[in-house]
Amino acid sequence: MSTTPVTFDESVLVTKAREGDTAAFSELVNRYQSKIYRLAKHITQNDEDAEDVLQEAFLKAYEHLGGFQGNSRFYTWIVRIAVNEALMKLRKRKGDRTVSLDEPVETGEETVKREIAVWEDNPEQHYSHEEMRAILDEAVQSLKPDFRTVFVLRDIEELSTEETAEALGISIPAVKSRLLRARLALREKLTRKFKRKGEDIFANL
Amino acid sequence: MLTCKQFLQELNDYLDPSIDPETKRHLESHVAACPNCFVVVDTTKKTLQVYKGMEPQAVPEDLKNRLWAALERKIAAKKKVQA
Repeated sequence: MSTTPVTFDESVLVTKAREGDTAAFSELVNRYQSKIYRLAKHITQNDEDAEDVLQEAFLKAYEHLGGFQGNSRFYTWIVRIAVNEALMKLRKRKGDRTVSLDEPVETGEETVKREIAVWEDNPEQHYSHEEMRAILDEAVQSLKPDFRTVFVLRDIEELSTEETAEALGISIPAVKSRLLRARLALREKLTRKFKRKGEDIFANL
Repeated sequence: MLTCKQFLQELNDYLDPSIDPETKRHLESHVAACPNCFVVVDTTKKTLQVYKGMEPQAVPEDLKNRLWAALERKIAAKKKVQA
């Protein structure tokens, strides 16, 4: 497969790909495969499942390209396909314990967390690139799937609240409350790692 | 004045750059008076920064190759149907 120059706008590539230009489709794959792979890994938490999700997502996208309306971004569309695939994997792996993204998640008391401490100025400088990645991944992994998925779409893949709600088939308020819970939980976890030494007595809530 | 709990419920709005100025002022008055919430805001911002700064890892070459091979099969099959 040859490569179409990267200067093409996403919508031009999509139009060309729909007309049967496989090079244009290849360029779309090149552009988004690492993001889709990251998303798949974050949601499934499993390398093998993430590989399947990556492949299935692009195969499905190719197959259904004719049905892609073009009123949303191609990226959002492929993300939605990948999220569905990833959630299916997650449900299968969990066996009977169905992961439901539609049920309301209670919010409330737990949102007020107690780990209050300032961070080292540049935590990145205290860890290697790999260590930092491991710390961040581990923190995301510790979130429940409902929260993790919303956080990954909103704050890592940078989808809007509306796009996230659409991709997950949940309401906008649900996206917002899960995002808040996820952000606070991650802040809490990272604070335990990155807090400036000797300042953990700061908490007086 | 807002309680910490009320403020934290609004934290996402506070961190949203498109927040309206009046709400921002209202929330800011809590942060200005509450050292704990100031720290929570600051460390939440930093949390988001470290995640946004994380580049996606490259897809391993063998996985890329498998993806291409699968796509090529799909494309060939589609062309065959059209022919």
